[in-house]
Amino acid sequence: MTSEKTWIGRPVTRIEDGRLIRGEGRFMADINPVPGIRHAAILRSPYAHAAIRSINIQEALLRNGVLGVFTGEMINRELNPFPVGVSAPVNYYPIAHSKVRYVGEPVAVVVAENRYVAEDALRDIVVHYDTLPSSMDIEPAKGQLDPSALLHEDILNNVASSRRFEYGRCEKELKQAEVVLTNRFRYPRNTAVPIETYGVIANYESHSDYYTIWSNFHGPFTLHSVMAHALKIDTHKLRLCSPSDIGGSFGVKSAVYPYAVLMGVVSKLVRCPVKWVEDRLEHMQGSSSATQRITDVTMGLSCGGKITALKLVQYDDVGAYIRAPEPATLYRTHGNLTGAYDIRNVLVENYAVMTNRVPTGLIRGFGGPQLYFPLERMIDIAARHLGIDPVDMRRRNFIRIDAFPYTTASGAVYDSGNYQAVLEQALEKSEYNHFRHQRSETSGSLRYGLGVAAVVEPSGSNMGYVSLAFTPTERMAQWPKSGAAAAATVAIDPLGGISVRLDSVPEGQGHETVARQIVADALTVPMDAVRVIVEMDTATSAWTVSSGSYSSRFASAGSGAILGAAQKVRDKLLVLAAAKLGIDVSTLHLHQGWVWQDKQKTVWSLRRLAGSIHWNPADMPKGIEAGIHETCYFTLPQVSAPSVDDRINSSAVYGFLIDIVKLAVDIETGQIRILDYTTVHDAGTLLNPLLAQGQIYGGIAFGIGSALYEELVYDNNGQLLTGSLMDYFVPTISEMPKHLKLSHHSTPTELTPLGAKGLGEGNVMAAPAAIANALSDALGIEVLHLPLTPQTVFELMHSHQRKEATRT
Amino acid sequence: MLKVKHDELATLNMAVNGHYYRRAVESRLLLVDFLRDELGLTGTHVGCEQGICGACTVLIEGVPARSCLHFALSMKGKEITTIEGLSEWPQFPAIAEALSRRHGVQCGFCTPGIVASMITEEGVSEEEIDVLLAGHLCRCTGYVGIRQAWQDILAKKEGK
Repeated sequence: MTSEKTWIGRPVTRIEDGRLIRGEGRFMADINPVPGIRHAAILRSPYAHAAIRSINIQEALLRNGVLGVFTGEMINRELNPFPVGVSAPVNYYPIAHSKVRYVGEPVAVVVAENRYVAEDALRDIVVHYDTLPSSMDIEPAKGQLDPSALLHEDILNNVASSRRFEYGRCEKELKQAEVVLTNRFRYPRNTAVPIETYGVIANYESHSDYYTIWSNFHGPFTLHSVMAHALKIDTHKLRLCSPSDIGGSFGVKSAVYPYAVLMGVVSKLVRCPVKWVEDRLEHMQGSSSATQRITDVTMGLSCGGKITALKLVQYDDVGAYIRAPEPATLYRTHGNLTGAYDIRNVLVENYAVMTNRVPTGLIRGFGGPQLYFPLERMIDIAARHLGIDPVDMRRRNFIRIDAFPYTTASGAVYDSGNYQAVLEQALEKSEYNHFRHQRSETSGSLRYGLGVAAVVEPSGSNMGYVSLAFTPTERMAQWPKSGAAAAATVAIDPLGGISVRLDSVPEGQGHETVARQIVADALTVPMDAVRVIVEMDTATSAWTVSSGSYSSRFASAGSGAILGAAQKVRDKLLVLAAAKLGIDVSTLHLHQGWVWQDKQKTVWSLRRLAGSIHWNPADMPKGIEAGIHETCYFTLPQVSAPSVDDRINSSAVYGFLIDIVKLAVDIETGQIRILDYTTVHDAGTLLNPLLAQGQIYGGIAFGIGSALYEELVYDNNGQLLTGSLMDYFVPTISEMPKHLKLSHHSTPTELTPLGAKGLGEGNVMAAPAAIANALSDALGIEVLHLPLTPQTVFELMHSHQRKEATRT
Repeated sequence: MLKVKHDELATLNMAVNGHYYRRAVESRLLLVDFLRDELGLTGTHVGCEQGICGACTVLIEGVPARSCLHFALSMKGKEITTIEGLSEWPQFPAIAEALSRRHGVQCGFCTPGIVASMITEEGVSEEEIDVLLAGHLCRCTGYVGIRQAWQDILAKKEGK
């Protein structure tokens, strides 16, 4: 085993590709891990709000091939409600009983010999509903709502959680500010649309009361205990497994967990293993979505453009039940509410409001797009108001390079950064000044606009931030929560074969490849000497509550765990070699898979040392255990629990990016074309630039979708109008700009051992703001909501014209 | 015209990846479910079951088609090629190499369908790449790496 190169930082192609391109990936729908699996289909509510008067399953039970039919009442008898992240009394179960609260909510489950028959039997079930008024408003009603419009008894006006935080003297500063600007913004409900839908296989063993549940769940594994609680079992009785391949998630598959519990109970009731693969129509109506958010922003400024105070009133539509980990969308960005700007006086009011829509959860960007759309729009609005160039406006308020590490008003510790340098790089790369002069040109019905967004990108979520939904007094009564830990195990077999097991549950990001790079470097072996196992199994993998793939945490947490485990193995081998050689360990190091003493190769190779540990354990020096199987749990100590004054370092590290967009809008058709898109990131050290590039391109596509096309549209009765991919428009290659420029500026962080920060979500946070800024620039009209479909653009122009007309 | 009663099984003779199969199937069984569940060819993926996403693309008589929009029984006497067969084709290694080098694969769920389109469209122009790729949804890559991979293959063919 020899290796000349170090692999970290190189654009290594992926080990995963071989199997995936050949169709040899193993996705949920492909696997049948136990014999005797039967297939489930779910009957779902056609109404947004209705009392269930009766359910008749007799006909369905008689159908040939049907093994069982179970109503919500039969299923929920076996369950506790899921614990929720707020103190409001919300009883959330994986299936409705007595009342439905959103279109697509499960009502009954059929198990049959195959999916075709199970779906046939759904049509045999007769449900009588008494419809109730739907509650679709996000902003809580001023007066008291009619009791029939309440989603849950005893929850006044459907507000599941609300909190107010003031840092500095925001109210006072706003009163004294030379300029005060106020606007209301609306970020739409959109969703992730991975091409693979949810999939679950559940196997209940009655002799032991054990549940084994395979699914494309990718964490956070905080939800393991939520599931066990719902199933009324001790946590060791719940074994969660995820396959090696997950067909994308972008967050949404963390919300497969209610279905995992649902199928667990169904397996118990029907007494056989049960498989359920969600279809696309089910996914659009019954999986999960981002929160829709209304934000009222009040900004206080000096005439010179310095922001003196920022007030945000945020209303999140969390859907019919506040499902864990919500209200996390409101708190994921709590530390970085002020973005890239040095603003010391901040006030934020948060409301998580329940409506008759599907419950919400993780969607790529998670809280970031909801925050940065209003914040970055306000910067432009303020710039225009004061007659300052939007870029200058940002320069005047950026956190200065000598201020790092910088603690924000709300408690985040921005470890490192150079926002000015990234901005300058982006301006140059995008030829901003050149475009700036061109943009006043028009050609026929086309108008041109230029937009910028600056985003501080948090990565590695602090497990403690969600507890900010509780008051400090309420938190005192709970155990403190903190950290962004990840685990990895490196093992060497008796003939020197190296394997690594991860807890990161990737969904396409290429963790196998990067883990190989890290371990090959640490043990000085070629990459193909390392095998990486990404299947998750809570019974055999090393894991913890924060394990999983979300909040761009692989670079900020996962990579540290992998390196730590490899270093433990290396250190053990060197200590053993030192004992064998009778010399001081500090003189030894690994090189090309051998132990070297300074510049002298010893007789001990990594393979021979591993062999001696396995085959001759009786001869081990004192204090060295037999076997090589080392686990590292890595977390940053800075990721601490919220303070008594409600400050939180909500993420482990904070990257930065600038996006610059040039677009053309046709004022006759309302159609927007992105002519040029530039993004410059600072994510510290890049572990694999090729994969970083893929995350950025994918993030831009996702962000363009959120900006221009994507919305789960519900009518006033709560009917979903965008229930298929015909109605919910996901960008195809035709919607991707031809001119895409990306580059990096590296300010490595000293906090993570490899100097890396996450970067997979930044463009999803930046693109909607940058595109909206560019459209506002083109039309001279302030854009206050998304997505910017031709219809929206058209309405925007016409309502503006009407306003202009009334003004004159 | 083939007439089969509901609930009755009909005989299906077809070739998949060069092997002949004779199976009794329900008339309503979709081609994609037949390939995956009856033949165990799980490289063909189901993304939407309504012909939008392109993940289930296979070759029917050498032409790319959505296997979720065809009944298995309508394939009587026809030849189907799935990714398991395509990966044995002589053009395949160059496509796989280009997709990997350009990082045109992330989760890989849409990839086998895209390969089916790439491998059969040898004589396309650069503009046609976008038209053909627009028939496939990919949520991971932003299509950039896939487009570049396809362009690389064309360039190689034209000896550029």
